[in-house]
Amino acid sequence: MSVRDAIVEKLSAKFEPTHLEVTDESHKHRGHGGWREGGETHFRVRIGAASLANLSRLARHRAVMEAVDAELKAGVHALAIEIVPPAGPIEAEILNPQQR
Amino acid sequence: MTDINAFIDEKVKSNDVFLFMKGSPDFPQCGFSGQVVQILNYLGVDYQSANVLESQELREGVKAYTNWPTIPQLYIKGEFVGGADIVREMFQAGELQAHFEQAGIPVKQQA
Repeated sequence: MSVRDAIVEKLSAKFEPTHLEVTDESHKHRGHGGWREGGETHFRVRIGAASLANLSRLARHRAVMEAVDAELKAGVHALAIEIVPPAGPIEAEILNPQQR
Repeated sequence: MTDINAFIDEKVKSNDVFLFMKGSPDFPQCGFSGQVVQILNYLGVDYQSANVLESQELREGVKAYTNWPTIPQLYIKGEFVGGADIVREMFQAGELQAHFEQAGIPVKQQA
């Protein structure tokens, strides 16, 4: 399983997000600190989930990072996190029809 | 408390604004650290910093002290504010400026 898939799986299981995008941006950091051949070092997460909505800014970011702690310890060097508002049930169905 | 913990504790509590970063404000060695430096410089607040690349012990110590796995880390009045994403979000929302002002720290630039 790729690191990206592992992150998607863990975030999906923990937060049941209405919106989730995980992008491997390692190629943008080629040659920078923490980058290594083969990538899978720099990721960006966009997530919207009801369970994150009521937390403080710091607590939301902390919750996301804790969910992927194993990946961060195993070689993921940077995790940019963007929290988006959770979608209501109708929007959620449009975004993630497979979850019906 | 270990020596490194005491060192970090002293830094964040004796400086109004303290940034743990990679590189220095004049020569950031990581894009995320560079973003926070740019924001602080833009706002014109006085801050002190430490370069975690100079000491593996400091680098790991800061992560443990804050219970936050990445660098940079910004402290205001001894309180952890966030990493690069949070600092940028707060800056864009005008919350960072408000946070400095509430803490009694002069901000030269009104965004």
